[in-house]
Amino acid sequence: MYYLKFIVRNALRHKLRTALTMFGIFVAILAFGLLRTVVESWFAGSENASAIRLVTRNAISLVFPLPITYGDRIRQVEGVAHVSHANWFGGIYVSERNFFPQFAVEASTYLPLYPEYRMPPEDVRAFLLDRKACVVGRKLARQYGFKVGDTVPLRGTIFPGTWEFVVRAIYDGADVKTDTSQFFFHWDYLNETLKKTVPRRANTVGVYIIGIDQPGHAATVSAAIDRLFKNSLAETLTETEKAFQLGFVAMTEAIVVAIQIVSFLVIFIIMAVMANTMAMTARERLAEYATMKALGFGPARLIAIITAESLGIAMAGALCGIAATFPVADWFGAKLGTLFPVFGVSRDTVMMQVGAALLVGVVAALFPGFRAARLHIVDGLRNIG
Amino acid sequence: MAIPFSYTAKNLSARKMTTALTAAGMALVVFVFATVLMLQEGLRKTLVDTGSADNVVVTRRSSGTEVQSGIDRVQAAIVSSQPEIAYGPDGQSLVSKEMVVLITLQKRDSDKPSNVIIRGLDARGRQLRPQVHIVQGRMFRPGSSEIIAGKGIAERFRGAGVGEQLRFGMRDWVVVGTFDAGKSGFDSEIWGDVDQLMQAFRRPVYSSVIFKLNDPQRFDALKLRLESDPRLTLEAKRESVFYAEQSEVLSNFIGYLGLTLSVIFSIGATIGAMITMYASVASRTAEIGTLRALGFRRGRILTVFLAEALLLGLVGGIAGITLASFMQFLSISTMNWQSFAELAFSFTLNPVIISKSLAFALCMGLVGGFLPALRASRLNIVDALRAA
Repeated sequence: MYYLKFIVRNALRHKLRTALTMFGIFVAILAFGLLRTVVESWFAGSENASAIRLVTRNAISLVFPLPITYGDRIRQVEGVAHVSHANWFGGIYVSERNFFPQFAVEASTYLPLYPEYRMPPEDVRAFLLDRKACVVGRKLARQYGFKVGDTVPLRGTIFPGTWEFVVRAIYDGADVKTDTSQFFFHWDYLNETLKKTVPRRANTVGVYIIGIDQPGHAATVSAAIDRLFKNSLAETLTETEKAFQLGFVAMTEAIVVAIQIVSFLVIFIIMAVMANTMAMTARERLAEYATMKALGFGPARLIAIITAESLGIAMAGALCGIAATFPVADWFGAKLGTLFPVFGVSRDTVMMQVGAALLVGVVAALFPGFRAARLHIVDGLRNIG
Repeated sequence: MAIPFSYTAKNLSARKMTTALTAAGMALVVFVFATVLMLQEGLRKTLVDTGSADNVVVTRRSSGTEVQSGIDRVQAAIVSSQPEIAYGPDGQSLVSKEMVVLITLQKRDSDKPSNVIIRGLDARGRQLRPQVHIVQGRMFRPGSSEIIAGKGIAERFRGAGVGEQLRFGMRDWVVVGTFDAGKSGFDSEIWGDVDQLMQAFRRPVYSSVIFKLNDPQRFDALKLRLESDPRLTLEAKRESVFYAEQSEVLSNFIGYLGLTLSVIFSIGATIGAMITMYASVASRTAEIGTLRALGFRRGRILTVFLAEALLLGLVGGIAGITLASFMQFLSISTMNWQSFAELAFSFTLNPVIISKSLAFALCMGLVGGFLPALRASRLNIVDALRAA
């Protein structure tokens, strides 16, 4: 109790300096938390991937389609429970700015593969009955104000023309991590239109989504599917949904790595500021440390007092920073809209923020603590600060 | 009379630890600031060098990228017979019908997959890009399963070096050469014979038609004619504009992220400078009183402390820029969202970035030093002298 009072008094001696340092730590911890959240949301797609879903695509690259006939052959592979297919549509809603993913899906088989997309059964029925219908996620609907019954026009970039869809259902995620910024419509609608406009591109699909009976069979089923189409005009590459999503992350890895490096840089910057504050404090108090030593305080105790002060300042600033991370991240997530489907502060992020604050506090106390411990009483007393 | 500059400089060197820590914090912020600008500049330069203002790229309307575009042979023939197209020295028109697709390749070091642009063209296509030179091996022979890889691809992707093979479209393709495209976007591409590649990919349509104008002024008239021709569903863009648009999203992303980070980080570093300067003022109260008693005016005191803060910023700025200049040895490669393909670019430092970064550092020093300097200049002579 006595020590606590001493430490608090010490910390508050230079109120302005302490306040500034705390504010600096607040900003740094907040920035650190936001950057970690950005990095995590980058990986969000792969974290939510199901272990019993596989994705089969053309082995050359995603721009090449697969024939529709592959579906029946994949269904015969042992271990395959469900097969559905989807095409990336890549349409533009009003302007290029409004990016959100759109897929043409084989609706009756696709939706059962994704139980995490929740919507009322009557809406699903309405969607299945209307060929021009589409399903949108809650987040997407909120961003653009889509309501059931609205008509949404998309300008095709891959598939020429302007396409119109009627919103028949809005899905909610099973939990906060479910991506609700997607847009689904009937593959049949796309295909029937292509038969008329670009017949050579009809009857092709972008990817097959495969539901397998057991997660353990993923490797053998993937290999079996790829073996089926070896040496054909369209060789396939089958991987788990997670690997498929991670492939996208890997392509933009340089950016993720840069953000990660920068998130650690901010901790270094604040470490320099905090260390400066503590070094200054120690310099001014050399005479006091000498006095305390003369009174019988050992070096370990002095180090403890200095470290406690440093940690106290760091933690106080960090706690405010962590508390502020949540509302700021929410605001940020709302601003970014559908660019990051899932944007929330995770437990790991908070733990890392606490860890970073502890590290800053301890490192900043190292030099002054060391100096106080090594101090000769006579030199210290002679020091006038 | 002014207080000599050496007073300011010596004050900073009197407390090395504090000065070093404060300057180090600022240096890191300047480093981040400069790096982001360098990255943006590198990206811009890469794409500016890729496109030429005399060349025109024709793609399918609203496809945005070559990969998404498709031009059938009839339409391509119409485009290639336009009167604005320049002739080469051999009397042939400088027009190239090209096919652009993406293939997935594995990186050499990590095995991670990435999309790479593969472009089918002929000898005309090469003439349209004078910046491209073969640096190793030779050009592919027309009508063969040979390909050449850009420098950026040959180094980083498995099977893309000279003498190695890539397998796609039921064929093995031999890499017979590596080309250097002068740090342009073509460095991140693989080139092969257009007819062979179209055959292999079973793709009956071209992706784009590229040609050189005989008179750059005639672009607008040509664009109008091509885009209003009912037989064509195409759009024409100057090559320079086309490539600038390709990287718009990525460039904006880097810019916004960098600006936000720099602002947030600079708050931290400015606070560091402020703490240091307040301490500097506090420990020199008696000194300031003496100076004032000697007859130096408040304005002089203000200047001297501001100069000290600016000097601190300058030291941090120079350290940060020095640190950032080493980044020029690195190049970064990432997926360009718009083209969905790998693009390599490097950090590029230029005088504008150096001056911007220095100005940024000085600003941090100025903002951090202003309040402490103001306090110093407002000290009462008697109180200040008594502080000793």
